[in-house]
Amino acid sequence: MTLRIDNLTLARGGIPVLTGLSFDLGRGAALILRGPNGAGKTTLLRTLAGLQPALSGHITGGEDQIAFAGHADGLKAMLSVTENLNFWASVFGRDSIDAALEAYDLHALADRLAGTLSAGQKRRLGLARLLVTGRPIWVLDEPTVSLDTAAVQMFADAVHAHLGQGGSALIATHIDLGLQADVLDITPYRATATTRAGASDEAFL
Amino acid sequence: MSIWQYANPVKFLALSSRVQPYLWAAAVICVTTGLLWGFFGTPDDARQGSTVKIIYLHVPAALMAINAWFMMLIASLIWLVRRHHVSALAAKAAAPVGIVMTLIALVTGAIWGQPMWGTWWAWDPRLTSFLILFLFYLGYIALWEAIEDPDTAADLTSVLCLVGSVFAILSRYAVQFWNQGLHQGTSVPVATGGRTVADVFFYPLLVSMVGFGLLFLALVIYRTGTEIRLRRAAAMRARTGRGA
Amino acid sequence: MIALLIRDLRLAFRAGGGFGLGLAFFLIVTVLVPFSVGPQADLLSSIAPGVLWLGALLACLLSLDRLLALDYEDGTLDLLVTAPLPLEAALSIKALAHWLTTGLPLVIAAPVLGVLLNLPANGFGWVVVSLALGTPALSVIGTFGAALTVGIKRGGLLMSLLVLPLYVPTLIFGAEAARRGAAGLDGTTPLLMLAGITFGTIALMPFASAAVLRMGLR
Repeated sequence: MTLRIDNLTLARGGIPVLTGLSFDLGRGAALILRGPNGAGKTTLLRTLAGLQPALSGHITGGEDQIAFAGHADGLKAMLSVTENLNFWASVFGRDSIDAALEAYDLHALADRLAGTLSAGQKRRLGLARLLVTGRPIWVLDEPTVSLDTAAVQMFADAVHAHLGQGGSALIATHIDLGLQADVLDITPYRATATTRAGASDEAFL
Repeated sequence: MSIWQYANPVKFLALSSRVQPYLWAAAVICVTTGLLWGFFGTPDDARQGSTVKIIYLHVPAALMAINAWFMMLIASLIWLVRRHHVSALAAKAAAPVGIVMTLIALVTGAIWGQPMWGTWWAWDPRLTSFLILFLFYLGYIALWEAIEDPDTAADLTSVLCLVGSVFAILSRYAVQFWNQGLHQGTSVPVATGGRTVADVFFYPLLVSMVGFGLLFLALVIYRTGTEIRLRRAAAMRARTGRGA
Repeated sequence: MIALLIRDLRLAFRAGGGFGLGLAFFLIVTVLVPFSVGPQADLLSSIAPGVLWLGALLACLLSLDRLLALDYEDGTLDLLVTAPLPLEAALSIKALAHWLTTGLPLVIAAPVLGVLLNLPANGFGWVVVSLALGTPALSVIGTFGAALTVGIKRGGLLMSLLVLPLYVPTLIFGAEAARRGAAGLDGTTPLLMLAGITFGTIALMPFASAAVLRMGLR
């Protein structure tokens, strides 16, 4: 399944931040998203995940295919590592979490409450959640925050394995994951005063 | 030429500035005529004496209190379906006018009720319904104030207005069920065409009601214009990057 | 869907989950009433159904700000919206979990507290039945209020302001049924009205809740 973005315009707080963005993300491909703070990386990823509407343009091939991981991990402090993963596995209609525990070396922590984990361990658990969703397109916002070198390697391996199985990944990150991935710098697509058509407050000007 | 062209804020402002002087003049003339005629030009009621004259303030205010909510409901629906900013802002602008009308109806009702029923307040179904309407207005206004993003605020308040309307109607029937009440029947039943007040009282009342309607319209248009200019200023600040 | 229910119940029962807080609040409010109105048995027995209903309503209200706010803060809501589970169903399940952990204990505790308030003997059944029928509506309407205020910082007070007027019909019919029952009259009519409100809100409110939650999250 190819995720196809066509001439997308996105707004944050009523003001366009990105315009005319188009790209394809095919099976087995990874795309690294770059751009300065405030360029609209998070807005783009949240829009692809279906959390907010685009001002204009089309997104095809994304319905029920995307697993999203944002700044927050969506973990419950009072549930154990396995309970957290099992919950998301059953929400996505899957039953096995072993592979996810294995990939992020969480077996030793399996019965710990998520609230007692360190920030890096929580992040590993949050990323392990992607594996239990069984969805082919990963949309990840700064996934390596608070991960140490070993954990970054686990993540890179997991992405690599995911791509090998025909999945794809769109990752906003500033560090080099050592992946065979294209880099998309969204800076040229930043909305300027002249390209800011279609904003929700345009009617007022 | 469609009516929807006035959904454009700039066109709306142009139209409203042309219409407003006439609207204000008509509203002031009608309200003053209705009230003066009512207060000084009508005889005292045989049973209620001169206290009945508060009707010229009470009934139109009560009427507009409900109509304002009804207008907000329509405007909210238009915003949700067609996403015209003017519509959402008109709903926002109408709410404070509506709550003041509700308050006038409640206060004049209390002033009227004291000599008539011997009490400032009774948990009569009509009075209680207006009190509940007052609470709905409060919640609606508070929600507008609480949300920073104007489009999200318009969305959420519109849904609240819709859901609130259903619950306001439910409350009305619940309250009727709960207490049968003291309040007299409606003075001007629209559905039946009949009326319970004599002509001599009715005509000034009618003028006053028309006046309150025009006053409401003038206030809402004026306040909508203010809201549009506020949004315009915010949009310009955002464009030039000077922050909110 | 069962997984979400189990998760919410499990969280409620674990430390910090807040299970029992609503019940304790209900107890304290009921105990405070005689202190404020005086200990006369006949006065207490005539206001008992209303006090029990109001106490239960406030206890429900107070636990609402945990219903979605915690899931919002830790990002779970974002992930739930992108999950294959329809948001309407997810919110219905969350309302059900709220009822099981807040409403149901209140229904069970009400007769015990009724004793403290000299509730007439024939009122116990009516109070329990009306609360059992009415508290689900309180949870479902409350979920709408919680969804409406989810993105708002310190939205708890605002939520009370929005939810309480919506509680009016439920309270009137529920308390009326209990009051008539306690006075030895037939409360069937208000009870049927209450059932109508409950089933109506269960059927329709999740759609409104899901709509406002989607709007609030963007």
